[in-house]
Amino acid sequence: MTITNERNNEQLTIALEGRLDTTTAPQLEKFLSENTDGIKDMVLDLEKLEYISSAGLRVILGAHKQMSKIGSLKLINVCDEVMEVFDMTGFTDILDIE
Amino acid sequence: MTEKVFAANDEALNDVLAFAEEELEKAECPMKAVMPITVALEEVFVNVAHYAYPDSTGEVSLSIDFDSESRRMTFQMTDSGIPFDPLAKPDPDITLSAEERQIGGLGIFMMKMTMDEVSYVYQDGKNILTMKKSI
Repeated sequence: MTITNERNNEQLTIALEGRLDTTTAPQLEKFLSENTDGIKDMVLDLEKLEYISSAGLRVILGAHKQMSKIGSLKLINVCDEVMEVFDMTGFTDILDIE
Repeated sequence: MTEKVFAANDEALNDVLAFAEEELEKAECPMKAVMPITVALEEVFVNVAHYAYPDSTGEVSLSIDFDSESRRMTFQMTDSGIPFDPLAKPDPDITLSAEERQIGGLGIFMMKMTMDEVSYVYQDGKNILTMKKSI
């Protein structure tokens, strides 16, 4: 999985490319713990995310919980396959998906 | 039927999924069904990798069978670790808010949602989880 990001003051856009699974989820978790200081608005761009398992959902839920205390987390460009996983697990109701 | 044996640890996950994807491709599984199936297999494999052999290392085998007439795939995951029925746990409440959400158990729940039929048996010292899915 490749993580690219663009920071603009208190806004951070993170683009994920590839697979967010058991193997790569720790990579995102680490990135978030190191790069989110002072961030109020976080955007996850999932346009190039092909695959997500529960390990990935866990990290996204953690980020959502953390951001909801201090700002917001929004998911954009979610593909059909990933959206199906969000639907299946009720994540569509709790996450801000655009 | 094709069967492969893997070390029961996270490092083997990519090999497990590559094997599954290869078999799904052979069966001409529609793209839309490939991801939920591989997610389901990841969840059950990782479960075994994390919990089946708490004090030692072990193996897990995955067999994949495709019946071309009924277009039904059968996945069977077998390990010799501690007896554990992954289907015994109640499903998580997916209607709770983010703050109340417990993430545990979500993986197996996703697997159950994806597969048409799942069954577990402990036999001859082995955990055997069978999952069926029409594609």
